[in-house]
Amino acid sequence: MTNSGIFKLAIASGKGGTGKTLLSTNLADYLARKQAVLLADLDVEEPNDALFFHAENKVITPQYKMIPDWQSDRCTLCGDCTRQCKFHAVIRLGEFITVFNELCHSCYACSDLCPEQALPMKPYRMGETRHQILNGLQLIESRLDVGQEQAVPLIHATQKYICELESKPAIQILDCPPGTSCPVVAAVDGADLVLLVTEPTPFGLNDLKLAVETMRQIDKAFAVVINRQGMGDDAVENWCKSENITVAARIPYDRQLAEQYAAAKLAWCDNTALEEALEELALFIQQKQVQYA
Amino acid sequence: MREIIVLSGKGGTGKTSVTAALGVLAAGKAVIADCDVDAANMHLLMQPVVLKKEAFFSGELAEIDPEACINCGKCEEVCHFDAIHQGFEKYETQPLRCEGCGYCEVVCPTNAISMHARRSGDFFVSTARTGDPMAHARLDAGADNSGKLVAKVKEEAKKLGNQHQRDLILVDGAPGIGCPVVSSLAGANYVVLVTEPSASGLHDLKRLVEVLQKFRLQAGCIINKADLNPDQAEALRTFSIENNIDLLGEIPYDSAFTAAMIQGKTIVESDNQLKQVMNSIYISIQHKINVL
Repeated sequence: MTNSGIFKLAIASGKGGTGKTLLSTNLADYLARKQAVLLADLDVEEPNDALFFHAENKVITPQYKMIPDWQSDRCTLCGDCTRQCKFHAVIRLGEFITVFNELCHSCYACSDLCPEQALPMKPYRMGETRHQILNGLQLIESRLDVGQEQAVPLIHATQKYICELESKPAIQILDCPPGTSCPVVAAVDGADLVLLVTEPTPFGLNDLKLAVETMRQIDKAFAVVINRQGMGDDAVENWCKSENITVAARIPYDRQLAEQYAAAKLAWCDNTALEEALEELALFIQQKQVQYA
Repeated sequence: MREIIVLSGKGGTGKTSVTAALGVLAAGKAVIADCDVDAANMHLLMQPVVLKKEAFFSGELAEIDPEACINCGKCEEVCHFDAIHQGFEKYETQPLRCEGCGYCEVVCPTNAISMHARRSGDFFVSTARTGDPMAHARLDAGADNSGKLVAKVKEEAKKLGNQHQRDLILVDGAPGIGCPVVSSLAGANYVVLVTEPSASGLHDLKRLVEVLQKFRLQAGCIINKADLNPDQAEALRTFSIENNIDLLGEIPYDSAFTAAMIQGKTIVESDNQLKQVMNSIYISIQHKINVL
């Protein structure tokens, strides 16, 4: 394991809406009966995990990224900063230097290289992290402020927040954003195992292939969970077999489960099929924990 | 030429299926653009014939020449992305972490670091099976800058629209509210929101609508799986009315939706009931964009 006895399980998918949140919330709640669990919602653009839990005490921490703050009195308009910035975030407009916060990657180059120290870095709010403590479960959710476009810095800030926690549960479940680009790569960074949730449809298969390609490229251990099994065809199952990919669990297609999800209810306690799938997953995770230890 | 962007906030609400169905109904008049470049699916329903494929480059990537590197470690010190570490012998960059800022390049005392154009995906111009032009893309696994690839797809769709004298650009957007979504909004005339009556669906839609309001964009809402949860469906209708969002129509929770996808068809080609629903939605949208 990457971090002294802590097992980090990322729940991801290529396609959105395949059941990442359903699996993350139910699995966290299921495991929390027997052990301390941390559930982190890293889908910072659209976080949903907290809708399923009702905690009383909540700690809210604002999150900032660092961006340069132009000091007109020190600037000689030499132009080094605008030439250095590869993201066109620092632009000269007449006698002014303008910083476009949304384009800035917080690389510090313009700030550190300014001969007049005219661009000191200052914190700029990008969102917040909400920390709730329930019985046996710590729920951490980060929300990007509406209007902010970059998810990656907030995902990194959340990972740092988790690292700096005083009490760290031995199992951490990370609910990741959809897709296959930079936010997902950032979210699964540091995970011991990634569960790719998919559905047995052509869209599900197409996006699963992309997600698998991404995991292989970054050299992550992964397994697949098929949600809504029976809804579509066997192509996902067959493809996983041909690629030698483990299908760690299957959650049967069930309208009642969709209804419970719609009502933001944790469904596993009155859905036997889901409970069985979680049991199978818990066992699978346990084996992996032993393997990696 | 009008541009319609289909968005949802939450993923998996049926954006692509709805966009493709609108594409079939608008055959002969539209350009189709798939701007969900992270997980593009439109090609599965539109079965395009690719006419042009181009590599897409965006941003830069640092490369270290091991011959010139003297292992001073200055590059690692200044990198804020944890993208440079000492390898077996010399310092090495990790391409997936490098954001291409070029700070390492300027501090290297031996000029061992150079910046190179970064490939981030492929971009396609095609003909959809409806006979209409289609612009789409495929982001490389784990790549950065999907917002820029979205902008490229849209730019190309506009060119295709002018070339083929089309009335309409139909854009399938990405989930979320981040850079690929914001990038797809540039130049939009109308936004079609495809949502579902769930707590997540409503929560995510509210955040997306806040983004649209910042851009002062008019939007209409389609409730998919409308009968899944009556209370949530009612909450969606109320929210829409309160926020001046047009109620375009409701699609029932129907296995025909998935059955169509499995046949590689759109919902208007495989099921009569869904066809009627989509037809009336299409007419509402046409009315909305003509009066805009």
